[in-house]
Amino acid sequence: MSAANTINIKTGLAEMLKGGVIMDVVTAEQAKVAEDAGAVAVMALERVPSDIRKDGGVARMSPPDLIQEIIDVSSIPVMAKCRIGHFAEAQLLQALNVDYIDESEVLTPADEEHHIAKNDFKVPFVCGATNLAEALRRIGEGAALIRTKGEPGTGNVVEAVRHLRQMNKEIRAVVHSDETELMAMAKVMGAPYELLKLVREHGRLPVPNFAAGGIATPADAALCMQLGAESVFVGSGIFKSDNPEKFAKAIVKATAHFDDPAIVLEATKELEGVAMRGTEISEIEEPMLMANRGW
Amino acid sequence: MSSDDTNQNKPVIGVLALQGCVTPHQPHIEAAGGIYKAVKTAAQTSAVDGLILPGGESTTMLKLIDRFGLEDIIREVCQTRPVWGICAGAILMAEIVTNPSQKSFACIPMEIIRNGYGSQIDSKYEQIQNYPVSFIRAPIIECILDGHEDDVKIPAMIDDKAVWVEYKDFMATTFHPELTLDFPSPMHQSFIGKVVARIGEKTLAA
Repeated sequence: MSAANTINIKTGLAEMLKGGVIMDVVTAEQAKVAEDAGAVAVMALERVPSDIRKDGGVARMSPPDLIQEIIDVSSIPVMAKCRIGHFAEAQLLQALNVDYIDESEVLTPADEEHHIAKNDFKVPFVCGATNLAEALRRIGEGAALIRTKGEPGTGNVVEAVRHLRQMNKEIRAVVHSDETELMAMAKVMGAPYELLKLVREHGRLPVPNFAAGGIATPADAALCMQLGAESVFVGSGIFKSDNPEKFAKAIVKATAHFDDPAIVLEATKELEGVAMRGTEISEIEEPMLMANRGW
Repeated sequence: MSSDDTNQNKPVIGVLALQGCVTPHQPHIEAAGGIYKAVKTAAQTSAVDGLILPGGESTTMLKLIDRFGLEDIIREVCQTRPVWGICAGAILMAEIVTNPSQKSFACIPMEIIRNGYGSQIDSKYEQIQNYPVSFIRAPIIECILDGHEDDVKIPAMIDDKAVWVEYKDFMATTFHPELTLDFPSPMHQSFIGKVVARIGEKTLAA
């Protein structure tokens, strides 16, 4: 179902979430804290990424009861994650009436060759990407919103920055290409040609682009927003800090005024606690590098 | 004529840009003959001829308005200039808000139910005045408050519920014309018409 000449209705919800913070929550109480702090949406999870790293094992879709509890207490949109390629988990999430499905590398992938055919669903999907071609492949499959993968659960923003800069660099190259170069680019990058044409025409992704993975402070949020992200996802960064309420409020404040250092400074001073400790990326063993999951 | 001269007579339409669907308004406002300004501070907000409270999350917007001290200036703009609330913005303008109840600027005598149609899966397109528009986790205008049936205009209804209302210089729509890519939308034209008329009255009075 679509109307000619309107922005896709699935992407429409992402437009409403711009300039905001989407927070990972593992209980109904945390969902209330997030909403009270001014989150634009919550991501209902069983464990935040840093605990998934710590615990090891297979990370799957969260139990339906938990997601339902969070839906029941929230007046803002509720998102939930399914494993990459696990379309049956996605069907369950759709049946649960979540507002957005995150086909996420934070969970253990269920299919190493295929992502979900997302156009078949009525619920919109968000997917992670590390570069332009990956983003366009996901959009080709039906993703209505893209976020950087970053390296979740690390409190280390370096990978999110790498992915934002990579995307910006490639978009600039596409914008400056001529028509004959575009098909060659599509071939080399492995990106759908029709979507590359849209990028060339508009100078940006055809859907909103948010940042995720390793954001732990108001300044991290401001950095990602200034690099072109239109909203931020904060996972472990809030409820693994030692003052979640203050961190949640401060990151919301910094995101709304990301281009005003005086306000970001004010937000930083209001933290009254230390950020999650964080992890150096090179300390992580290869199989636990989440950004490498999916393609 | 320099572009500054051309701009002199154009109304400045501010879009409150604390959070939500802001930039898609730009081509509509420009095509309808206005100047687009995203506003985040009290000083920016006070400099507009008309204000759009955009779509987004109404709870988030209320909290940010409060935290950044914008309540007074928005109240003042509501008293002196045309204001249009869209979806979340319409919720901010309703006198009574339910599901759950929350505070508002109470500009329009109506009762509105947040997320009245359900979750994202129930979002949909509709045609209004032959123009396609999107309803996204939209609120429902449950009723116009008693005694105001005659002074609130209802340019569009769907399933017996008002989806576009006008009251004095206020306008509210529960749908999003800004997501449609035919510029300008009839709703933007109508709002900017109100702003131009209001400026005309002020000039006459001066």
